[in-house]
Order: sequence, then structure tokens, then C-alpha cells
Amino acid sequence: MSAPLLRVRDLCVSFPARRGRAPVRAVDQVSFDIAPGQTLGLVGESGSGKTTTGRAILQLQAASSGSVQLLGRELTAMSGRDLRAMRRHMQFVLQNPYSSLHPRMTVANTLAEPLAVHRSVPRHAIPERVAELMTLVGMDPAVVNRYPHEFSGGQRQRIVIARALAVNPDFVVCDEPVSALDVRTQAQIVDLLQHLQARLGLSYLFIAHDLAVVRAVAHRVAVMYGGRIVELGNAAQVYENPAHPYTRNLLDAVPVVDPARQRALLAEAAADPDFRGREGEPGPCVFGTDHAATATAHWHDIAPGHGVSCRFWPPGAAPDSR
Amino acid sequence: MSEAAAPRGTGRLLVIVGAVMLAALLALVILGPWIAPYSPSKTSAGSLAGPTAQHWLGTDSIGRDVLSRLIIGGRGTLLITVAAVAIALAAGLLLGLTSGYVGGRTDQVIMRLLDVVFAFPVFLLAIAVVAALGPTLRNLILTIAIVYTPTLARVVRGPVLSVKRWDHVEAARSVGVGEFTIAVRHVLPLVISPVLVQTSLTLANTIFTVTALSFLGLGPPPPDPNWGSMLADARQFMELAPLTVIGPAVAIVFASLTFVVLANGLREVLDVAGR
Repeated sequence: MSAPLLRVRDLCVSFPARRGRAPVRAVDQVSFDIAPGQTLGLVGESGSGKTTTGRAILQLQAASSGSVQLLGRELTAMSGRDLRAMRRHMQFVLQNPYSSLHPRMTVANTLAEPLAVHRSVPRHAIPERVAELMTLVGMDPAVVNRYPHEFSGGQRQRIVIARALAVNPDFVVCDEPVSALDVRTQAQIVDLLQHLQARLGLSYLFIAHDLAVVRAVAHRVAVMYGGRIVELGNAAQVYENPAHPYTRNLLDAVPVVDPARQRALLAEAAADPDFRGREGEPGPCVFGTDHAATATAHWHDIAPGHGVSCRFWPPGAAPDSR
Repeated sequence: MSEAAAPRGTGRLLVIVGAVMLAALLALVILGPWIAPYSPSKTSAGSLAGPTAQHWLGTDSIGRDVLSRLIIGGRGTLLITVAAVAIALAAGLLLGLTSGYVGGRTDQVIMRLLDVVFAFPVFLLAIAVVAALGPTLRNLILTIAIVYTPTLARVVRGPVLSVKRWDHVEAARSVGVGEFTIAVRHVLPLVISPVLVQTSLTLANTIFTVTALSFLGLGPPPPDPNWGSMLADARQFMELAPLTVIGPAVAIVFASLTFVVLANGLREVLDVAGR
């Protein structure tokens, strides 16, 4: 395996909680690598820390501790000036294409901004590069003088992607890039992202709660729960042979077409626990708080490239109490 | 639907009416010296005369043409008003944007300082400053600008606090745009609507403040006429020559109303939440 493009080690992000409560650990000891040209799918339910992880990697959110290295350079300790220069290599595609474009800026100005900031092309060549970017994401370059409200959600997301690609990044965080779109448009945007990856050799951190979408795009998959990664492996390993009970729950939670079976499945589902991790407390547990007090989970490698963090591993053994 | 559409229609009407009133006001002020039939300081034989063909609004206590003084006096009053509000707006934008965007301790310090200014009654502060530094044009403008800065700064700060958390701001930051550029290009343009409305209201208020200070003798020094001092001079002859009082009074109300109408129209058209 080649050297990773992105290396995340023991990344933690804490948020202050209301008075009298311990701070919330939104991201807890998260570690993973992303190889050049590869996609890591990050799945988990709302509030599991997926987005915070993405923002902390991009240094849009300060990490409490841990290390983020892109192209071998440590980002967490970087000065503002160096960091802005590094942003040329890492970009962000946000979830909501209706709010992530400046409503009073034309598409041309939106796409020109990163080019001007990083002086990627000479000033006179900017219009040409803008047209090129529009073509790259499958849009007509003739519409660049329009405003975002004149476009559909899918078109806007293409513009957002074009903005991210303007400076030829190596790595793009896609935070739920299709969840605000209708299903048909979702497929088009996913196709576009895969096509761009193949053509430009991009690496993605693909954050999503839709397991089917992740399966389609990801080479490796990380499952997050309560701010921690509970399972990490190649897409096939995780989908075919889920080791963590939470992963199995997630896969089982994909809706079934038959309403009767769906109702039965929902009835089986456990009540929603408060899975927010807090400082100074053991990690949350998918099975509820009574187990959480007993011990912390350890990382078990169960196959090459496939690991799980669960105090009930291996199956049948007594809960891990080291 | 029709309920939602109605205010938008009235808003547009108000903006048009306000714009016409403003155009009339500006025309009078800019073209004043060419329109005014007499020099504002030229005296004639009859003092406190009623309206005649020569003097449409009559003459004042020393025989000066009221209409001419009204037109020329408007220049003084409106110049002070516009200059003061322009300074207050510039300061308000700077302080409000800095305070809201930077946040934290900077926000606390700026807002507490503005609270101190805000706590003073307008007239008390103006009288104190003018009494201490002298009733010059510059002092008057600066005082009024200081008095109205906190209001405008607050109107800028509020929406900045919310807009700075919007996705497109984060997107700009992730692209590598500098914080200053983000504040000016990605935040400021989206908070400008309520600021326009408040500026218009402040102009209306300031006209009253300026004329009131002049009425009290704290306005620009004579001989330049202005509406407030005209009112003060004419007050004792109100029963003899009512037009000498009614003239400036109507002018003050008209000018102030112009900006109130404009503000209300803009509020509807720009869809700014009512206060």
C-alpha cells in the first residue's frame, strides 16, 4: 500500500456543555488513513460526529487533541497563513446546495474566488478556467453570469463541486453531498463524483448516512457511533461481514419495501439511547448505559484491514473488562 | 396569498412616494440658490408682512423673505443631518461588523462601550458637548453622529451574528478566503437591508434633533438660516405672522416624513422583519 494522502490519528473534538455537565466529546480518538485516489465512506446516524470529524480535518473546527496530516504535513499546529495555502490541497463540498452558495454572487464570481485567492491561474485566464470547470461538472459555461437561485438543487451542487475543484485539490471532504437532493439527482451527482475521482485522481472523505450511496462510492468504510469509530474496513468486508452490533443494526435499519416486515423490524429496534460521549465517562454503548459503565472498548483486528471496537468482541466472550 | 401580497404592494407604493418626496427635497436643496427669489439675508421695507405676490410666505421680523430663508435654511439643516448620519453609518458598519463577526471579548468590549453612549439622552449629550466645545458646525455634526452610532451598530451586528454561521461563509473559509474578505464580501452584503431601513429612520430622527438643537440656540451660528432657528425667531410673532412659524414647521415635518415613508416602504419591499 502506498503512503496515505491523509493520516488522522487520535483526533478528538470536545464542545462545552451546559452548566454542570461534562463537555461533550463529539469526536473521540478517531484514527484512519486515506490513500491517494481512494474514498473513505464515513457512516453513522445524526449526531454521531461525522460532520464534526470532517470539519476538524479541514481545520474549520479546532481539534482538542490528535493529529491530522495531509501530504505529510501536520495541519493542527499550522499558522493561519500556511493553513490557507494548504487549503489548495483540501476542499469541502457541503450538504445543502441551497445555502452553501453566496446568494448575491454570480456563478462566475463564486468559481473565480478560489482561483484568485490561490493565484492558481493568471487573472486574465480566470474566465477561461471558469468555463472549463463548468464543463468539467457537466454544466453549460454560458450560464456563468446567473445567480444561484436560478438553478435547481442538482445544478447548484454541481457548481459547489466545481468550486471545490477550482484549485485542483488532492482531497475533498464531501459532507452528505447528495442527501438534500431528490433520488434521481442523487444518482447523477454520485456518478459525477466517481467520474471526477477517476479522471483527477481525487481522494474523498465521503460522509453520509445513506448506506447504499456509501457502498456505491467507498473503497473503505468507517462506522461512527457516539463520536468513535466502531468499525473500519474495506467496503466489502464491512457490508458482507459486519463485526460490530451497531454496524449490523445500521445495515438492518435500511427500510424494507414490505410494510408488515418493516413494522416488525421497527418494533425490534432498541429505544434510542443518549449516545453522546462525555469527558471523564466511559464511551457510550449501543446497548444502553448499563453496559457503558463496565469498561471501555478495545480495538480488535479481525482481518487484514478490518477492525472493530467493541467490548462484546469476540462474540460469545464475556464483556471486555480490562 | 393576497394577505401576503398586499403589504408588498403598499411597500412599493411607499417607496415610490418616498422617492418622489426625496427628489423634491433634494432638488430644492441643491438648486436652492437659483430657485430662491431673494437672498436669505436681504431685508425689505415691510417686516412681518403677510403673503404677497413678492413674498409668497411673507417676511420675518426684520423683513427677510420667509420662502427664501426656508429654501436656503433647508440646505443647512439637511447638510448637517446627512453628514452626521453618514458618519454614524460608517462608524456603525465598522463597529457592528467587527463586533458581530469577531465576537467574543471584542464583541463584549465594543457593545458595552456603545451601551454607555446609548444610555445618554440625545439632547443632554448634545448640549453638553456643544456647551463644552462651542456651537460650531463640526461639533454639531460629530455629536449627532456619535449619538446615533450605537443604534446603527446594533442593527448591523444582529444579522451579522446569524449570517456568519451560514454555510456559504464556511464554504468561503474552506476555499481559503481570508477572514477580512469573508466579512466584507460574504457577510456584509447580506445584512444591508435592515441597515438601509434603519438609516432612513435615523435620518428622520436626526432632522428633528438638528432642528431642535438649533431651536435651542445650539445649532450652527447665524447668519446662515436654518429651520430650527427660524422657528425660534418667529415664535414670538406667531399671532401676527403665522406663516413665519408654519413655513419652517411644515418643512421640518415634510423632510422627516420623507424618510419615515421611505423607511416603511423599504422595510416592506426588502422584507425586513418589523421592530
